[in-house]
Amino acid sequence: MGKENELVNVPHQILEEAYKAGIEADGKNRSGTFFHVNQSTVYSRVNDLFQGKIELMDTKTALQKYSWLGEYMWKLVDKNKDEFTKKVAEDFSGGYFMRIMPGVEITFPLQSCLLITQKNLEQRVHNIIIAEEGSKAHIITSCVQHSTVPKASHLGISEIYIKKGAMLNFTMIHQWSENTLVRPRSAAEMADKATFVSNYVCMRPVRDVQMYPTAYCNGENSAVSFNSILYGNRNSLLDIGSKAVLNGKGSKAEMISRAIAREDSKMIIRGLIEGNSSDCRGHLECRGLLIDDDARIQSIPELIARKKGAEITHEAAVGKISEKEITYLMTRKLSREQAVSLIIRGFMDVSILGLPDALNAEIKKIVDASAEAS
Amino acid sequence: MNILKVEGLSVKVENKFIFKGVSFGLKSGESHILFGPNGSGKTTLVSALMGLPQFEITSGKVTFTGIDITFKSVEERAKLGMVMSFQNPPEITGVKLADLLKLCLGKSATDDFSEEEKGLIDVFRLTEFLNREINVGFSGGERKRSEILQLIFLKPKLLLLDEPDSGVDVESLRLIAGEIQRYVEKNGGSALIITHKGDILEYVKAKYGCVLLDGRLHCFMHPLRIYESIKELGYEECVACRRRVTEGWNFGQRK
Repeated sequence: MGKENELVNVPHQILEEAYKAGIEADGKNRSGTFFHVNQSTVYSRVNDLFQGKIELMDTKTALQKYSWLGEYMWKLVDKNKDEFTKKVAEDFSGGYFMRIMPGVEITFPLQSCLLITQKNLEQRVHNIIIAEEGSKAHIITSCVQHSTVPKASHLGISEIYIKKGAMLNFTMIHQWSENTLVRPRSAAEMADKATFVSNYVCMRPVRDVQMYPTAYCNGENSAVSFNSILYGNRNSLLDIGSKAVLNGKGSKAEMISRAIAREDSKMIIRGLIEGNSSDCRGHLECRGLLIDDDARIQSIPELIARKKGAEITHEAAVGKISEKEITYLMTRKLSREQAVSLIIRGFMDVSILGLPDALNAEIKKIVDASAEAS
Repeated sequence: MNILKVEGLSVKVENKFIFKGVSFGLKSGESHILFGPNGSGKTTLVSALMGLPQFEITSGKVTFTGIDITFKSVEERAKLGMVMSFQNPPEITGVKLADLLKLCLGKSATDDFSEEEKGLIDVFRLTEFLNREINVGFSGGERKRSEILQLIFLKPKLLLLDEPDSGVDVESLRLIAGEIQRYVEKNGGSALIITHKGDILEYVKAKYGCVLLDGRLHCFMHPLRIYESIKELGYEECVACRRRVTEGWNFGQRK
């Protein structure tokens, strides 16, 4: 493990890429900043304004500091789930530990960045987030592989605990390269009246990403939202799903995805809502837009109800971009490319992520820029 | 000078002829009204003039501002100054009206509207719709107002208007028609307007009208005269009429 306060060790051009993925350079408008490069945590710092309100450090450091933290490891994610979890259980290079103290509402988001700059690296991290009772926070985490790195993989375990009455909005932005294999394995647990918003934004080509985070709404009136904005191009293969297990009385789940498939990309969008309590509610919405004939979008919604009165619904629509809309915009002096780009940018509606205004504007910029560039 | 000249135009939709050999001309700075019963091909005519892809021009020639545009794309036609309002414009989710209006003005998304532009948006009663998605949940009148405002912002030479007055209330009609007339007058523009109703004629000073029937244009005369006789006798009478005037097809050349 490297020093935890040396951002200067990170090459400038890599930081540039991180900035494009939502990481703020000086961290002034962030409550804390965390950088893990390849196999080591190189920077971990809490903004002065938030000292004592949040904790941010490498998971390994945290495990040394808190003996109780062991109980939070591998509690929500089964270490024997698959070859990837087994590998991380065997050995990992760290990860972030974030803890928002009881009753604390942090006005600036926490940011973390996991970077790969080394060829043929298999990055293995284990992250733990604890939102203590009554806390409220936004986290933005970016995973970036430098575009010059030919081949790498990222295996990341994240276990997220949202205690009674807490609210956590977690936005993950992936900026991998066309040679990255990505296998995040995440799960979250919500106590009574806890709310978890999990956002996923993937805008750049990636070789292969497969993830299926699970949220356990165990608490009474707990709620989860999974929102994703997915942009598949080139040969990207995205298999993105989410699962909500509604165990708590009056618990709620909502899943919204917007997927754009271009060129030869293939996308599978899964969603499973499992209603195990009598007055739980869930809704799943998937909308996919196909731009090119060689791309493919497959939507697989699954609903399970185990108790009378569970109300679980879904709507899915996948289809080709509307020629009528393109032509309409062309009558307004737009070229075909401009029309397509405008429709795409509109379709990838960042407002579904439920972010505060400033962060919303930042993410919108990233999404628009990616749509514009391709 | 003829800003638009249509010679022997034949158009197919889904491999079926809608009309054959339609000819007419339109002078710069003049507005014309196109009447015709439902299904007679009025929308097809303006759509083909605009170059919409599903309307296939099989023969004939369209000249706009002296340039042969018969095989030009929608975008090229728009850039030459021809625009069209849609009878049923599509909803475009996620795209705000403000963004589209800015594009119509040639501005980028980060530019602001000028005071004058803001004023016109207000006149069209669309200020509170700026942050709404295009046409999503818009009423008939709101759609028409939005269509016409977009066109005016595009500063066109020729406006093709497909029933700008259908589904709008009296207030909106006065607004829409009044603004069309004001634009045309001020900028020396021309308009070809499809309508079923005579009310618009109170505001738009059109010199000529004609009726599209059986795939041909008939009865070039003052639009109020046409409208009065249609109102009195109906299109049935039009169809049965033996005195259809089909000569004098070119407005521009007529004395």
